[in-house]
Amino acid sequence: MKATRGISRRDFVVTTLAVGGGLALGFSFPKNDAERAALAVRLSGRPWESLAGKSDVEVGPWLMIAPDDTVTIRVGQSEMGQGVITSCAKMVAEELECDWSKVRAEYVSVNRHFRENKVYKRLVTTSSSSVRLGRPYLQQAGASARERLMAAAAQTWSVPRSELTVKDGVITHKLTGRTLRYGQVAEKAAAIKLPAEPKIKTPDQYTLLKKPTKLLDTPLKVDGSATYGIDVRVPGMLYAAVKASPVFKGKVKSYNADVAKNRPGVHSVVEFSGEEIETGVAVVADSYWHARTALDAMPIDWDEGTHGNDSSEEFFKSSRATLDEPGAKVVTRKGDPEAVLKNASQVVEAIYEVPYLDHTVMEPFNVPLEKIYFHNCFLGGGFGRRGNQDDVRQAVAIAKQLGGRPVKVIWSREETTRHGYYRPMRVSRFRAALGPDGMPAAWTTRVVGMDENYPGDEQVLRGLHKLPYFVPNQLFDYHLRKTHVPTGPWTSVGRSQNEFFLETFVDELAHAAGQDPYHYRRALLEANAEFPFAKAWIRVLGAVAEKSGWGQKLPAGTGMGIAIGDSRRLSRTEITICAVVATLSVSKKGEVRVERLDVAMDTGPFLVNPLAAERQVEMQVAMGLAAVLRQEITIEKGRVVQANFDTYPLLRATEIPDIKVHFVRATDDPIAGIGEEAIGWVAPAVCNAIFAAMGKRIRSLPLKRHDLSWHS
Amino acid sequence: MLSLRVNGKAYNVDVEPETPLLWAIRDTIGLTGTKFGCGMALCGACTVHLDGKPVRSCVTRISQAAGREITTIEGLSADAQHPAQIAWREGDVPECGYCQSGQIMAAAALLAKNPHPTDADIHREITNLCRCGTYLRIRQAIHRAAELMAKP
Repeated sequence: MKATRGISRRDFVVTTLAVGGGLALGFSFPKNDAERAALAVRLSGRPWESLAGKSDVEVGPWLMIAPDDTVTIRVGQSEMGQGVITSCAKMVAEELECDWSKVRAEYVSVNRHFRENKVYKRLVTTSSSSVRLGRPYLQQAGASARERLMAAAAQTWSVPRSELTVKDGVITHKLTGRTLRYGQVAEKAAAIKLPAEPKIKTPDQYTLLKKPTKLLDTPLKVDGSATYGIDVRVPGMLYAAVKASPVFKGKVKSYNADVAKNRPGVHSVVEFSGEEIETGVAVVADSYWHARTALDAMPIDWDEGTHGNDSSEEFFKSSRATLDEPGAKVVTRKGDPEAVLKNASQVVEAIYEVPYLDHTVMEPFNVPLEKIYFHNCFLGGGFGRRGNQDDVRQAVAIAKQLGGRPVKVIWSREETTRHGYYRPMRVSRFRAALGPDGMPAAWTTRVVGMDENYPGDEQVLRGLHKLPYFVPNQLFDYHLRKTHVPTGPWTSVGRSQNEFFLETFVDELAHAAGQDPYHYRRALLEANAEFPFAKAWIRVLGAVAEKSGWGQKLPAGTGMGIAIGDSRRLSRTEITICAVVATLSVSKKGEVRVERLDVAMDTGPFLVNPLAAERQVEMQVAMGLAAVLRQEITIEKGRVVQANFDTYPLLRATEIPDIKVHFVRATDDPIAGIGEEAIGWVAPAVCNAIFAAMGKRIRSLPLKRHDLSWHS
Repeated sequence: MLSLRVNGKAYNVDVEPETPLLWAIRDTIGLTGTKFGCGMALCGACTVHLDGKPVRSCVTRISQAAGREITTIEGLSADAQHPAQIAWREGDVPECGYCQSGQIMAAAALLAKNPHPTDADIHREITNLCRCGTYLRIRQAIHRAAELMAKP
């Protein structure tokens, strides 16, 4: 491997002495092979650049092989922490039968993709789809290359392909004991055309996949070399700081550009507007700090338009009123729920509310723009926010006015928070009539979703459109509302609201029926003959109950809450069943401490990288928990109140619970994905645990709005 | 014109003395491993060392840093061999990775003054935010780094 970054012991000591504060003084780490391998560069810190050398040979568009057997695999999806570079490379390598320790990765060329009739199939990274949709064609790419390499070896030795075997990139002819390495036959393989494409492996044949694999991008993220969009620098680059209309859909009325222009380093002041971007003003300067301070110093008058008095409070109030109107669209009608409810002896009713939420990507929004050259960088988090591209449209609108100078537009944290595409707020009412056995005989669901901006109906339906629990009489209808607040996909897209409603309500029913919430759910699933996944759900539910120690006697103020779902969508058949148990305590003063979170998740027949999967679950717990505890985007006077991490706080290190991830095989088909299939059940599990701990039912989020103090 | 000493090297920076160290390091000197997260010392993504002590460079003026040894993630060690960096790699700590330079700098400073930090020490001393929730892995990596440092 040519790419190891060697350094002598002497260099090491000299450098550490020079930095003084560098703290590595006196430590010497002789490197063994494993350590050396860990330091090998497997991915460029500037991932739009290729690590491949001149003598690397391309064997199909997806990979290159070097004479020393190093394999460079191309990846079409963007890395934002989900481990996608490693997962995609693994799917190719599984079939290629190469030595994983010699695999490098790089991004595909976007230009080539379009030049060669979309040769890389799909370049978007969204909806937990990279494995689900990418696996067949990535495996095919690996298998195809392998067979070409094998054919090249067979030709070289004039033996039939069937007499050859391959392992770790070494082809063996067993009868004669001869071997050839991939690097030796790559050139020949590149010219070979296969008569037919080989079959790809089925999951039971996997060897590399299924195993936990260390992530190729990790080394770049511990020494500062991973280049994010915000880090891109090109010669002659200017920096822009931006302020868009604080009231969405407002306009710039006036501003005094001279105030900014008289400050050091300022190049120009420009307005921006256009399709699907908020209008606003940018100060362009020779550094971000010059741009930012000049922008802050420059007063701007805004025309607030017609939404200057809109507020979350008003949105909630009018939505609650809308709950009394029959739903504009009816999704499910079964039996006669109204009649059953009217005559029932026990009716449970609840209204639930969730606020707008922001994505709070750690890396503030930014666009480095240099003509139309596109740098595919690392992304400092995604969570559903990266696909809107309003930031790109805005940067283009600014750059057009700069006479061809490259510019990097950076949003402040405040701007990033106040100009998001928020998770829609939503209000719902659930009603159920319980029969003499405590089981629901009728159930109605009505949702009012502020979802009309994005993407409309499907978000409101997800998780609610087919009730997994047995209820003979059902009605589900909904209203869509539009506000001036931009909404968009937020990790799990629609379900994090709906699952909170649904799984809290089932919990309410269980308690109203005087039954254990776990066993109550089980019974409702067992009774639902129409639900094809009932058995698989019960398996996952059983796993989380067993692993979490469900049913144990807990002291006052401590409780466990359970929730389950499967991330069904209307538009596809794949699911990922996930069940969560939260164990928490509530102090008498009302402080919630989530001690432990057990997550049981169906793996289907395989996970492409169990390590990445586990980390994805941890991410969702942290994100879900912060949202439950205290996050909300509120609108007052038409604009977002929250601005920075003080008003929109992330989860802190002290608040992270002990997270136990339990992978269970409950279904036989590949799962839907893993990037957003756990988060929906964090909120209901936590709120159900609070009820178990101190008897208060939480029907609106976040928790900071509730007084949870209690007396014994 | 101020002179800043970053990772053992002197740089003349021609910006106003009240400029935050973060932007001098990133835009003027061109070391981009130190990240901008909030601009208000809330998240710690911009953590660097001043004479070995961790500071939030987004609220540290360059005038306060002149004449002192500034260390960024790029200069923490040669060849990324600081025990914290080794432990971070072993534990595959980063997800999106954006906050991790700051986390590692905070951890390295803690380990320098307290070679065997407890969980409570870590919680008290390291208040950096991580959006991806890698806190458990960070804590484990700090303990592992302490172990590596204790090795003869």
